[in-house]
Amino acid sequence: MRVGLFVPCYVDAFHPEVGQATLELLERFGVEVDYPFDQTCCGQPMTNTGCHEESRATEELFVRNFSGYDYIVGPSGSCVNHVRHNFDAPEQTDDVRQVRARTYELVEFLHDILKVDAFPWAEFPHKVTLHNNCNALRGLNIASMTELREKQYSKPCDLLEKVKGLELVTITRPDECCGFGGTFSVFEEAVSARMGQDKARDQSRSGAEYVTSSDSSCLMHQEGCAKRLHLPTKYIHISQILNGARA
Amino acid sequence: MTEQRKPETPAGRTSEGAPASLTHGAGASITMPARGPEPQPRGAVIRGNHPIDQAEAAKRFMAAPDHLAMHDQRLWDLRQKRDRQKDQIEEWEDLRQLASDIKTHTLTHLDTYLEMFEKNAKANGVHVHWAKDAADHNAIVLDILRSKNATRLIKSKSMLTEECGFREYAAEHGIEVVETDLGERIQQLDDEAPSHVVVPAVHKLRTDVAAVFAKTMGTDPNDSDVIHLAAHQRNHTRPLILSADAGMTGCNYAVAETGSVVVCTNEGNADLSANTTGLHIVSAGIEKIIPRLEDAAVFVRMLSRSALGSPITQYTSHFRGPRKGGEMHIIFVDNGRTDRLGLEKFWTSLKCIRCGACMNTCPVFRRSGGLSYGATYAGPIGLIIDPTFNRHKYSTLPFSSTMNGSCTNVCPVKINIHEQIAGWRQVLAENHEIPAFKKSMMKAAGMLLASPRLYRASLPLADSALRHLPRFIVYNRMNTWTRGREMPHVPKETFHQWYKKNRGRNGKKS
Repeated sequence: MRVGLFVPCYVDAFHPEVGQATLELLERFGVEVDYPFDQTCCGQPMTNTGCHEESRATEELFVRNFSGYDYIVGPSGSCVNHVRHNFDAPEQTDDVRQVRARTYELVEFLHDILKVDAFPWAEFPHKVTLHNNCNALRGLNIASMTELREKQYSKPCDLLEKVKGLELVTITRPDECCGFGGTFSVFEEAVSARMGQDKARDQSRSGAEYVTSSDSSCLMHQEGCAKRLHLPTKYIHISQILNGARA
Repeated sequence: MTEQRKPETPAGRTSEGAPASLTHGAGASITMPARGPEPQPRGAVIRGNHPIDQAEAAKRFMAAPDHLAMHDQRLWDLRQKRDRQKDQIEEWEDLRQLASDIKTHTLTHLDTYLEMFEKNAKANGVHVHWAKDAADHNAIVLDILRSKNATRLIKSKSMLTEECGFREYAAEHGIEVVETDLGERIQQLDDEAPSHVVVPAVHKLRTDVAAVFAKTMGTDPNDSDVIHLAAHQRNHTRPLILSADAGMTGCNYAVAETGSVVVCTNEGNADLSANTTGLHIVSAGIEKIIPRLEDAAVFVRMLSRSALGSPITQYTSHFRGPRKGGEMHIIFVDNGRTDRLGLEKFWTSLKCIRCGACMNTCPVFRRSGGLSYGATYAGPIGLIIDPTFNRHKYSTLPFSSTMNGSCTNVCPVKINIHEQIAGWRQVLAENHEIPAFKKSMMKAAGMLLASPRLYRASLPLADSALRHLPRFIVYNRMNTWTRGREMPHVPKETFHQWYKKNRGRNGKKS
């Protein structure tokens, strides 16, 4: 199995440790992982602003970088959702369709494709609360949603439950958006920051020492809000916990 | 009007407003006077046809901590009650699909059912009118009223009459309108539009209501007891209702096979409005039509559960014809609806049954207040409907969303609201209805991100002035990130650099 490692621009620039953890984790399961050097971004910032034509070339570059792999795996539900569901600007060639269908978010790849049943190296003796990115949740359906009447499930929780010592705690509004919203975070900063601060307070009240998520963008925003409020909560990407990070 | 909880305020303040550290104790050198009730933040500033600045109005709403805390909590409570109702109905998701399918069928056979309704309603003795726009609607109502020498009109809640600007029109033409819904009456007395399709005064604290009543009815401004307030309103309004000349209601469902109209209220005020006088005028959007009475059962099961988390509204009233000796009129209004029906990506917004569930769940709405949108329809459904009325004025609204998708999930008729928000962004960008700086920023970002070489060169370097964020975010006059948040920590190397150093020059094996 040949996997192309998709490292979203935010992760590349601000959280290289998340890219490293994702790479190492996949290799632990014997996956052959390539990191195409010419990757930049998925194009979501432009598309989310309505500028589809402006994101076309970026999306086409993505397809050139990642075509031919059995799977493309990235540690971000938001970016993966964009590739899978919103890659509409380029002409829909076989390559484009294939890349869209083969792009997976890390948690769903571990859960659905590799069907991982243990992380023997992982131990995280802390109270942790999970934040699901809205695109990962409502776009990729990595967990059941409180709005819908459906059977309860959570792929990230299934994985975290296999980590020794980790105790999951819940917050009062578990699937409320944290307010990051991509360019929303800069263009509508007041509401964005307020949502993030409310989220950070909710997390802090839950008694969680750590917040984890399969999306660095939400974590980066929430961490910034928690710091502004002088809350002690720490933020860590799920790939790091699953790869055996200790604290 | 809503029940008031003790609001949770940001650290350092009590709900009474004085800094917590100074309310009592040795630290206080002077006695802090008790602060009066927090003034009500007002909605968006309307400047003619200029695009609405929702973010600005939202900021003012959030600067009123008591209002913000109450509004957020109250609407979140409604959302939770809605969830509990949904959990009690095993076939909930099937019901949503069925409701959506009924709407699809009806909207794709709209002409057939409207004509069927007209035929059956006429047979019941109801006058049927057709209005192509708001002006038409208002003129028809005025004609009917004048023909009866009616000058006082009592009416129940109707978003359509808001859409038509009917209240102002009536006032200009010497018609006194008295709203019979409590929340709507509060809004009327305060000369404010409803902020929510179901709970029109939900953004007001009871102290705000006391202030409005004091100003308009001469009651005690310091008495904000909800029982007293409700009694004042009743005593003040009842005589006006009983001596009215005409009554008006909206319409939740117009049933084609029976030619009857169904109106749902919790206060019984539609019955009051329809039955107190001999004249009943119904304003209905053409999309309110449903084929059969049994279809109404599907929507009745969903409406109040979605809206308020109650199994059913207190009153579900069926109006099939005029009272003995009276008259009943129904005005079907288009006002842009047939144009919307022709919009491939957006026509399903016509399925909306105005339950407001999307507003209750929307985290932006809860923190902004409905009046921040400066449009008849606020919140997620407003973002996708308002631009059909005025593409320029409401061009900013589809951006007042994180597109998190919760609205789509709670929608009882399964409108893909968050996808349509994204769709509108595209339409607006393509039609030059987004700010020029945003467009050029995206153009620059698109060029940068399409070139690995330029992109790599733009990334934050340890000694760069732009080290905090990728240049395409920072390189503008709008770096607002730090107003409410700290900057992320910048690592000493990017993943790319780390990989190159530790895993070799080219990561792509061929």
